[in-house]
This record gives sequence, C-alpha cells and structure tokens, in this order.
Amino acid sequence: MRLIAENLTCVRGGRTLFRNLDFEVAAGRALLVTGPNGAGKSSLLRLLAGLLRPAAGRIALEGSEPGQPAGVSAHFIGHLDAAKGALRAAENLAFMQALLGGGGRTVAEALRAVGLDGLAEVPVRMFSAGQRRRLALARLIVAPRPLWLLDEPTTALDAEGQETFAALAAKHLAGGGIVVAATHAPLKISAQEIRLGAGGAA
Amino acid sequence: MIAALRAVFVRDLMIAFRVGGGAGIGVVFFLALVTVIPFAIGPDLPLLARIGPAVLWIGALLASLLGLDRIFSADHDDGSLDVLLLAPVPLELIAAAKGAAHWVATGLPLVIAAPLLGLLLGLEPRMLGAIALTLLLGTPALTFFGLVGAALAVALPRGGLLVAVLILPLTIPVLIFGVAATVGAAGGPVPFDMPLRLVGALSLATFVIGPVAAAAAIRQIRD
Repeated sequence: MRLIAENLTCVRGGRTLFRNLDFEVAAGRALLVTGPNGAGKSSLLRLLAGLLRPAAGRIALEGSEPGQPAGVSAHFIGHLDAAKGALRAAENLAFMQALLGGGGRTVAEALRAVGLDGLAEVPVRMFSAGQRRRLALARLIVAPRPLWLLDEPTTALDAEGQETFAALAAKHLAGGGIVVAATHAPLKISAQEIRLGAGGAA
Repeated sequence: MIAALRAVFVRDLMIAFRVGGGAGIGVVFFLALVTVIPFAIGPDLPLLARIGPAVLWIGALLASLLGLDRIFSADHDDGSLDVLLLAPVPLELIAAAKGAAHWVATGLPLVIAAPLLGLLLGLEPRMLGAIALTLLLGTPALTFFGLVGAALAVALPRGGLLVAVLILPLTIPVLIFGVAATVGAAGGPVPFDMPLRLVGALSLATFVIGPVAAAAAIRQIRD
C-alpha cells in the first residue's frame, strides 16, 4: 500500500494554500505535516480523505480496492471529536464501530486501550477536552482502516495520553498502515516530514 | 451496510429522546396551537368542527418544521458529518435513515396526538380516525421534503427560519390533499380515498427525492 500525491494544488476561498505538492508515503511509514497556522495542513488532510476536491493534481492510494473512494480506506480525525454529548462514551464508540464497518477491537477493549475504562457509561458532555480526544482516537481501533489522517491528534492530551497515542500509531505502522498527521507538537513516532509554508511552496 | 444504517437510525432516535427539546417540542407546540384556537374562536362547536381538520393539519405542518434545520447541521457542528461521509454507505441512504429517525421522533408523536386534540375541536369520531390516517401518510412527506432544507442548513448557520420558509411552499400540496381527505371522510365534496392516495404518493415520492437531493446538497456545500 502506498499513498501518492502528485502536483496537488489547494485553493480555499480564492486563496491558494499550496501548489504542486508531491509526496509519497509507503506502507508502514508516517508523514508529519507541519507549518504555520493557515498553511493548509487541515485542508491537505481533508483532500486526502476525499472531503475536499483538489484544484489540481491527483491523490491515489495504491493497493486499496479499485473503484472504492480513498476515504473508505481512511480514518479521518479532524480537530472536532465527532462525539455526541447526549450519548455515553460506549454508545458513541459503538455507533462509530457499526457505521465504519467494525472488524477491529471491541468497544470495551478500545476504551481500555485509550484509558477510558470506567467511563464507558458516562455521557460525553461530562468529558474533558482530553477525554473527548481519547474517545476520538478509540475510533481508530474499533474499525481497522489502513490510512489514518489525523489533524492535531494529541491536542489536549496529557503526557500519558500522548504515550498512548504513540503506542497506537507505532502498532498501526508496524502492521503496514500509513499515518498522515498534521501537528505542531512532536508525536514521538519516527516519520518523514513535509512543511507547508505560509507562502504556498512546499 | 444495514448495520450501519440501523446505527445511524438508532443514534439519532436516542439523541432526540434524550435531549429534551428534540422530540417533545413539536408535540407541545402542536398542543399549544390547537388548544388556543377554541378560545380565540369562541364556543361555536359547529364552526370548530368544520375548521378542525384544517387546524390540526396546519398545526402538524408547522410543528414538523421545528427542528428540521438541526438534522444535519448538528452533525456538521461536532464533526460527525465528516465521519458519515467516510462511511462505506452511500450518503443518500444515511440521509434517509436520519430522515426516518427524525420522523419517528417528531412526526409519529403528532400522529398519535392529533385524534386526542381532535376531541377538543369537536370532530366527529369518523374524522378522528381520518385525521390520524392522513397524518400518518402525510407527515413523512413533510419530514422528507424537510431533509432538503436540513441539508441546506449546513451552509447556513442559524438558518432555522430560512429553512422553514424554503420548505413551506413544497409542503402545500400535502396540506391540501391531507385536509381534503379528512373532510371527505365525513362526507365532504370529495371522496375520502382519492386525496388520501395522493398524500401517500407524495410521501413515496419524497422518500426518493428528499434523501437524494439532501445528499447532493451536502456534497456540493462541503466542497
């Protein structure tokens, strides 16, 4: 499996965020996207997930089932946590598992893996920002998908939470997965890096 | 795929019944509207009975417009719409599942409440059954037309009023045939079954048009 971006150009609101971006990420590798605020890190992730269309260029995920949109092979965790405050943690996660096709760890195992065991029956509106983030990360392992697209995955996580994330990512990479993460903080995983400049050149 | 759609349906229902405002607000509005009308019109039972079906239908129509704008925009606001878009299920079917959940949470309570409120308006027993039946067939059309407006609300933060104004004209045929069928049940100028079938046909058509148009609108807006 290989993630390939060729000549990618992204225009948002009439402004060119970056142009002619080329990169390749092989199976088992991670790519960190860095750059100042507004450089287009989040937009790049949304492009890769298929949530936005590029103004020019091509994105391909080699080795995924042909005819399937790339997004179906990808987990996308944006800066929002996609959790419903009215539902309990376990209900939120069970929904994600059923929606995304399941096939991974059980809800209880995933909650334990991200350090939320004991909080399964607590409504998510009671959660702190860090706990919500942990719940979002639990989604990654209840339904395995080869490509992880993560926007600031460790925001609001404490030191132990960051270790947990690093362990999850390392395990994913060891299994031949791909991680693309936009971040300002070091993620404690070995990775190639691509820097988006405010001026647009990569 | 069925499991994913069931998950969407069940989740939306749980949220609607757990967040107090969701399911109850439409019925309370319906109740408020129908109970104040006899006070405004005065103790003229024959008049109330004559306008009763129209009052009940107008109440149900307006009540079902409440909360429409949150169907998709709530998911947009907390990021879950992104996940729904990446699910291995067509967005059209997800929209349909969300519409079905919204109808069960907001439309079905109106159908159940309508005959009881009909008693307040002095409707004949035969009309009470007719109003429940026409609403049962007609309110799904209101919700599924509403899906289109709900999708547009994703691009219009706090566009609830605008959504209602956009959807209202589309729902007028449902209102016309719904009231005609109810009046026909008590021996009005038109027979009961013809407008009833049209109401049913409108609902069936919106089951297709609503989710497809809503999904198209969401894809367009979010790009």
